[in-house]
Amino acid sequence: MPLIEVKDVSLAYDTPAGRVQGVLGATFNMEESEFLCLVGPSGCGKSTLLNIIAGFLTPTGGEILIGGKKVSGHGMDRGVVFQDFAQLFPWRTALGNVAFGLEMKGIGKEEREEIALQQLKLVKLEKFANSYPHHLSGGMQQRVAIARALAYNPAVLLMDEPFAALDAMTRDDMQRLLADVWKTTGKTIIYVTHNVAEAVYLADRVIVMTPHPGTVKAEIPITLPRPRDPLSVEFLDHQKQLLNYLGQGTSKAA
Amino acid sequence: MTMVAQTGANTGVQGNKTPDPAKRAASWRAVRRAAITIGLALATYELIARTGSFPRALLPTLPMIVRTLFAMLLDGSMLMHSLYTLYRVLFGFFLAMVVGIPLGILMARFRRVEQFFLPLVSALMPIPSFALVPLFMLWFGIGNLTTIIIVFYAATFPMIFNTWSGVRSVNPLWLRAAGAMGADEHKLFWKVIIPGASPFIITGMRQSFLRAWIAVVGAEMIAASNWGLGWVIFDAKEFLNADIMLASLAVIGFIGFAFERLVFGSLERNTVMRWGMMRSAKS
Ligand SMILES: Nc1ncnc2c1ncn2[C@@H]1O[C@H](COP(=O)(O)OP(=O)(O)OP(=O)(O)O)[C@@H](O)[C@H]1O
Ligand SMILES: [Mg+2]
Repeated sequence: MPLIEVKDVSLAYDTPAGRVQGVLGATFNMEESEFLCLVGPSGCGKSTLLNIIAGFLTPTGGEILIGGKKVSGHGMDRGVVFQDFAQLFPWRTALGNVAFGLEMKGIGKEEREEIALQQLKLVKLEKFANSYPHHLSGGMQQRVAIARALAYNPAVLLMDEPFAALDAMTRDDMQRLLADVWKTTGKTIIYVTHNVAEAVYLADRVIVMTPHPGTVKAEIPITLPRPRDPLSVEFLDHQKQLLNYLGQGTSKAA
Repeated sequence: MTMVAQTGANTGVQGNKTPDPAKRAASWRAVRRAAITIGLALATYELIARTGSFPRALLPTLPMIVRTLFAMLLDGSMLMHSLYTLYRVLFGFFLAMVVGIPLGILMARFRRVEQFFLPLVSALMPIPSFALVPLFMLWFGIGNLTTIIIVFYAATFPMIFNTWSGVRSVNPLWLRAAGAMGADEHKLFWKVIIPGASPFIITGMRQSFLRAWIAVVGAEMIAASNWGLGWVIFDAKEFLNADIMLASLAVIGFIGFAFERLVFGSLERNTVMRWGMMRSAKS
C-alpha cells in the first residue's frame, strides 16, 4: 500500500471577485522514502496542493490518505518548510528553533537540545546553534528550517520552493545538502519547484502539473544513479523531456 | 533614538557578536552632543535670569534652584514626593498592562471582542486624562485612588492599541509553522503570539508609561494632598516659590528620562533588538 494517496483533490478559493480554482482533481500516490517533485507553471496550484497535504487547507473535493488515514488538519506526521526565510522564530536561536517541535511534544530540555544539535549537525550548522536567525544568511536560515522540520521526526517532509529565493550557487549547495539529508534520513519528501534542473537532480519521480487550474499532467520517473551529474547527457535529456511537457502545456493554454 | 521595525528577512551574514568599540564611541558622541544642547539651553536660561528684567523670585538663577533641590533632597522631602508619585504611576501603569495586554490580544484574536471594544477604545482614547480629574475627584475623592485611576485611564489605551496592532501583525508563517509542529492554543499564545508581538507590546509600554507620567503630575496638582511631585509644584505657587517648582520639574524630567532610557531602553536592547525584530535607525 502506498504511504500517501492523493485522490481527486480539488480546491476552489472564495475571493471577492468570485471563486478561483486552486487545484482541480489532482491524483497520485507516493511510496515510503520516495522523493517526489511537483513542477508546473506559476499559479498552477502547487502551493495549494502542498498546503492541502500539510493540512493547512481543506479540499473542497477528494481526499488525501497518509498511511491509510484521512488527513484533516495538520499533524506531527508531517514537517513543513516554506519558501520565506521569515518562517524561523526570530526570538529563538537556531537551536531553540529546531527544538520547538520537541518542546511541543513535551520532551525535556536536555534531551531536546541534544536532538536539536544533532539535527543542526545534519545540515552542517552546529557551530551556529546559538545564533539568532537575523545573524544567519538566507541559505543558513533555510537549513535551520529543514532541521526544524526534521527534528520531531515526521514521516513526511513537505517543502515549498525552499531554495527559490537563494542565489544560484548557494542553491546548488543546498540541493546537494538536501540530497545527502534525504539519503541519511530516508524521509518521504514532497518538494515543490518550478526549476526543472532542480527536479531532475533531486527526484525519484516528477509530477508535472498543467497550467491553471492545475491538475496532474504527467508522472515521470527519474532513475539516474545518485549522486547525479547535472552535466551528463542523460541528465540533460530528462531536463529536456520535462521542459517539453511544461512547454506543451503552456502553448495549449495560450 | 528612533526605532524602525524590521520586516524583511536579513540575508547578510554578520558576525555572531557585533563589534563594540565603534558602537561605544558613537554612543559617547551622542552623549556629548546631548550635553552640549542641554548646556546651551541652561546657559541661555541663566543669562536671561541674570539680566534682572524679571524678579528673582519668579526667575531664580540656576545656583538658587540647585540649592533648593539639594535642601529638599537632604531633608528627605523630595524623596517622599518622588516615592508617592512613583507609587501612583507604577500602580496605575501596572494595572494598565494587566488589562491592556490581554484585552489587546483578545481583540486581535476574536472578531466579536474587537467589534465590541474598538468603538469604545476609539472614543475614549482621545479624551485627555486631565479633563477627567475633576469628575473622578467627585467620584473617588482626593488622594491615591483618584490619581491611580487617572494614571490607569491614561496608560491603558496605548497599551491596548499597540498590543492589538502587534498581534495582528504577527507573521502568519510563524503561526503555521508552530501549528505544524503541534503547538496548541495555549502554547501558541505564550511561545509565538506574545514574542511575535513583542516589538509592539514594548512600544505600547513606552507610550503608556510616558502618558502615565504626564497624567500623574497633572492629577496630583488637583487631586492629591501633601505629597507628590505634582502637588508640590502646585502648592509652591501659594508662596511664589518658583525655585521649588523648577527643582521639582528637574526631578520629574530626570525620573522620566531614567525610565525611558534605563528600563525600556534595556528591555528593548535585551529582547527585540537582540532578536533583530527591531533595530536602531542608522546614524
Ligand atoms: N489565498 C488565495 N486566495 C485566492 N486565490 C488564491 C489564493 N492562493 C492561491 N490562489 C489562486 O490559486 C491558484 C494556484 O495558486 P498557487 O499559489 O497554488 O500556485 P503555485 O503553483 O504555487 O504558483 P507559484 O509557482 O507562483 O508559487 C492561482 O491561480 C492563485 O491565483
Ligand atoms: Mg507557490
